[in-house]
Amino acid sequence: MTDYVSTLSIDIGLIGPELALLIAAAVILLLIFTRKADRFATAIGLIGLVVSMVLTVRQWDVKVGGFSGMVTVDQFAVLFKLLFAVASGLTLLLAERYFHAKHIARPEFTALLLVSTMGMMVMAGTTDLIVIFLGLEIMSVPLYVMAGFNRRSLESNESGIKYFIMGAFATGFLLMGIALIYGASETTDLRRIVTDFSYIATNAKLFLFTGAALMMVGFGFKVGAVPFHSWIPDVYQGAPTPVTAFFSVAPKAAGFAALLRIFAYGLKDLGALSDVWWILAVLTMTVGNILALRQENVKRMLAYSSIAHAGYMLVALAVGGADAASAVIFYLIGYTLFNLGGFTVVALLETRAGSRADFSEMAGLSKAHPYLTATLALFMFSLSGFPPTVGFFGKFYLFSAAVKGGFIWLTVIGVMNSFVSVYYYLRVVKVSYFDQIEGRFVPAPLSAGVLFVLIVTAVGTLGFGLFPDNVLEIARRAIQAFA
Amino acid sequence: MADYLFLIPLLPLIGFLINGLLIGRLPKPVISLVGCLSVGGALLLALLAFFELKGLPVEARVMQQVLFAWIPSGSFHVDIAFLLDPLSAVMILVVTGVGFLIHVYSVGYMHHDEGYGRYFAYLNLFTFSMLMLVLANNFLLMFVGWEGVGLCSYLLIGFWFEKKSASDAGKKAFIVNRIGDFGFLLGMFIIFWQVGSLDFATVMEKAPTAFSFGGGLITAACLLLFVGAIGKSAQIPLFVWLPDAMEGPTPVSALIHAATMVTAGVYMVVRSNVLYMMAPDALLVVAIIGAATALFAATIGLVQNDIKRVLAYSTVSQLGYMFLACGVAAFSAGIFHLMTHAFFKALLFLGAGSVIHAMSGEQDIRKMGGLRKYIRITYLTFLLATLAIAGIPGMSGFFSKDEILWQAFSSGHGSPIFWAIGLVTALLTTFYMFRLVYLTFHGTERMDTETKHHLHESPRSMTVPLMILGVLSVVGGWVGLPAVFGATNYFEHWLDPVTAKGSELVSESVHASGGGNAGLEMTLMFVTVLLVIGAWMLARYMYVRHTETATRVREKAGGLYTVLLNKYYIDEIYGFLIVRPFVGLSTFFWKIIDVLVIDGFVNGLARLGALSSDLLRFVQTGRVRSYATLFAAGVVLVIGFLILR
Repeated sequence: MTDYVSTLSIDIGLIGPELALLIAAAVILLLIFTRKADRFATAIGLIGLVVSMVLTVRQWDVKVGGFSGMVTVDQFAVLFKLLFAVASGLTLLLAERYFHAKHIARPEFTALLLVSTMGMMVMAGTTDLIVIFLGLEIMSVPLYVMAGFNRRSLESNESGIKYFIMGAFATGFLLMGIALIYGASETTDLRRIVTDFSYIATNAKLFLFTGAALMMVGFGFKVGAVPFHSWIPDVYQGAPTPVTAFFSVAPKAAGFAALLRIFAYGLKDLGALSDVWWILAVLTMTVGNILALRQENVKRMLAYSSIAHAGYMLVALAVGGADAASAVIFYLIGYTLFNLGGFTVVALLETRAGSRADFSEMAGLSKAHPYLTATLALFMFSLSGFPPTVGFFGKFYLFSAAVKGGFIWLTVIGVMNSFVSVYYYLRVVKVSYFDQIEGRFVPAPLSAGVLFVLIVTAVGTLGFGLFPDNVLEIARRAIQAFA
Repeated sequence: MADYLFLIPLLPLIGFLINGLLIGRLPKPVISLVGCLSVGGALLLALLAFFELKGLPVEARVMQQVLFAWIPSGSFHVDIAFLLDPLSAVMILVVTGVGFLIHVYSVGYMHHDEGYGRYFAYLNLFTFSMLMLVLANNFLLMFVGWEGVGLCSYLLIGFWFEKKSASDAGKKAFIVNRIGDFGFLLGMFIIFWQVGSLDFATVMEKAPTAFSFGGGLITAACLLLFVGAIGKSAQIPLFVWLPDAMEGPTPVSALIHAATMVTAGVYMVVRSNVLYMMAPDALLVVAIIGAATALFAATIGLVQNDIKRVLAYSTVSQLGYMFLACGVAAFSAGIFHLMTHAFFKALLFLGAGSVIHAMSGEQDIRKMGGLRKYIRITYLTFLLATLAIAGIPGMSGFFSKDEILWQAFSSGHGSPIFWAIGLVTALLTTFYMFRLVYLTFHGTERMDTETKHHLHESPRSMTVPLMILGVLSVVGGWVGLPAVFGATNYFEHWLDPVTAKGSELVSESVHASGGGNAGLEMTLMFVTVLLVIGAWMLARYMYVRHTETATRVREKAGGLYTVLLNKYYIDEIYGFLIVRPFVGLSTFFWKIIDVLVIDGFVNGLARLGALSSDLLRFVQTGRVRSYATLFAAGVVLVIGFLILR
């Protein structure tokens, strides 16, 4: 592996994965006037994603920079880009069925999804704060539109607007934070901040702290940390379910990619932050779990559950160090699979006429769809962290890193929170297996795309749970990029 | 070599999967074919493995096959691996051989049963578990098989679960066995704690250095393992489940509760013989429990009236015999008796099954009599087995029983008292077995006319296994002719590689004493045979010639007879001393501790969670401005915390 070679060169090959998505999105937008554009849009989108993934995988063993140090390709970036592409592809397959059933299928959706994914890739593939911000905006703007994509639905519109307002609000803080960091260090390149850290820390302490705090707030908003989480339930519930599924995994992963890059690499020596992360982690997991307890809507429950999971993952930032960082990457990989899987089942059930995805609608599910229910149960067990699913090992690695780092109380609180979460996850299992309904359960027809998504997520959830070592090894290699 | 070992347990497992997953969808002939062929295939492979092992030089007679690492957890490493040595070779032959015959027999016996598929699925699962038990190369995997056979035993005892007595008997067997399993586990823990491994080869290799000879730990480990054996092999005080286990179908009684599963305890003790040789006190306990059980169960067997219960107590008694052999460090004699017993006891049960089949389900011997005219083959084979268990010279049981008696008398761990108890048990055994034969097959026909009308010999699938087992009951003992006859005791030498290490530990030796006293051995044998024939004649006198004597004896010994008939009231005593206080305690835990304290606490917590959830929901107003306020407050707090700390 070659070391970072920071050059002025403009090497198009470095941004191949991003370009592939951009081209695919452009093609879709150009062909939008044709008939049945929404049909081939999905296909073009998938092709773009696959090409992007192939190009990404081929970058696994390089570690180079380009574009005057604005773009960095290392194993950390590669792993996250793959994760975004997978989440995006699965969402696309899921969305096709859902959007057709709801009669809101439009080719623009695919283009928006691709552009947003490209933004995430930009975020993960750089060490420069300005480029991270740029990526964040490229990611976010399409997301606002996607949230309000169901134009005829009041809730969807509300979701888009709320997300946009709160997002704009948070962006201001983030940008201010970056500005303060620049004021402290006269650079936006994290590599230079690392080299000059002791100098900056002694000469511009106030700027550094305030800047770091504001960046915590900005990305805390993206990953859904309490108290910057309040948009999540409303936005998640109002948005079309495939979009919600995407929200709950991809932007969250992108947020964590940026958080890790900044706080586990650039500002890793700023020890004072650990306490703040500690408080945020505890607040996030506790509030998320407690609020999830009494929800009657499965989508809203999953929204709060995603907050709680962000809380577990924030533990890694409080703990710091390579073990915790690789554990959180492992967690994100698993979480992406089983959370998308869970949302897929919900989205599928929602394609039935008049469904709002309330708990009560799941009664009798196991009789009508035995295999689907078993898969749903698998996802719920993984969400609550039962072995031998990947959800168990995610928590296991995360909490054992915390114990090794001496964060005993944080671990205790985390484990107790997991206990609480079992209640609402298993409630899904209980209702779908044991509750009786009047009359017959209206079945929800599967499509090949949805079936594929379910198989990939279920096999991953179980497979990575049975053989977690290899995935953890990959996560470790990704973190070595920081060394 | 030995790379096919894993197939031996795998075949019955496949049989189980086919019959189990396709329950209710396969026609009966397919079920029978799958069930029998899977065990038959395992038998062929077992024979192949046996002859391959036999072809090796004596010192090299060990084959191991490691399939994969099962639990690689730090210093705790357990493989899924199989061990074939002379001991396990004998066991797999017995299990697959007798098992195959019983599978075939079941085709006829269970033919009209609605749960035919379920029955064969369970039976194959049992065979799989039993083979795992005897082929495992470590204690933990053996324990898996141990639990597996326990589960199958439970399922098969309660096979006719709609009958309350059957499901109760299943539960009783399972619960009593759990007590033993607990001991087994604890014993295993001690071994792992001291030796750092559960692998048989490693444990036996390191035990002499890891433990001090006769020390407290090794004695505790051996006694705890023996508690497991007591449960599984129905010894005092945990034997109570076995007689009740007769609620299961008769072939099951033959396979599980006579020939194979119940002997697992004996197998385990012999497998751990090195450990037991290091703990003479534990060995003495084994001998005492064995001898006591042998005598105790035999006395109960004298007066029982249910054909299967007589055989059940006889099994308990014979298992006691095997433990007596182990307890006097005559491990090969124990296994030898295990083998011959598997033949003749399986035959006795299958014969009893054939009788019950002929009698339209009647099991009470007081309502039988004179059956020999109607079911000739069953009668003759049953008689052969009776001669074998009684120890009539030339029959298999004679050689194995004589071996045990002589070792009990002469071994370094033996004593004339053990010999005397063994002898009395042998006489009692002869008596109750011939009593059974005479009451069932001879004398007046006491059944009602309806039953008599239906009397018929069983189908070929049942009688052929009877005949094969009949032959084995006769010749099965010839592999272990006593050395005193000038013959070579193949069987003892066959097991030498397994027992050698243990006997080296006590070099003042058990072996030396045997040879010198050929005259004494012959004398004792002669006395035994004479007395056994006497007991036979007594039974003949009481139940054939002068049937009124039996009644007179019963009246004379009124109190004793009642005690025996009620099995010393052991079940009642356990019920009073153990079950009742336990139920009381459980009720207390249930009504007070669980319902009030624990549920109260848990439900309180849940209510607290729900309450805080409801309170927190007020924050989630749905208004963007309140969200932004919360957000801004968060920003102030984070910055404030960082700067002011």
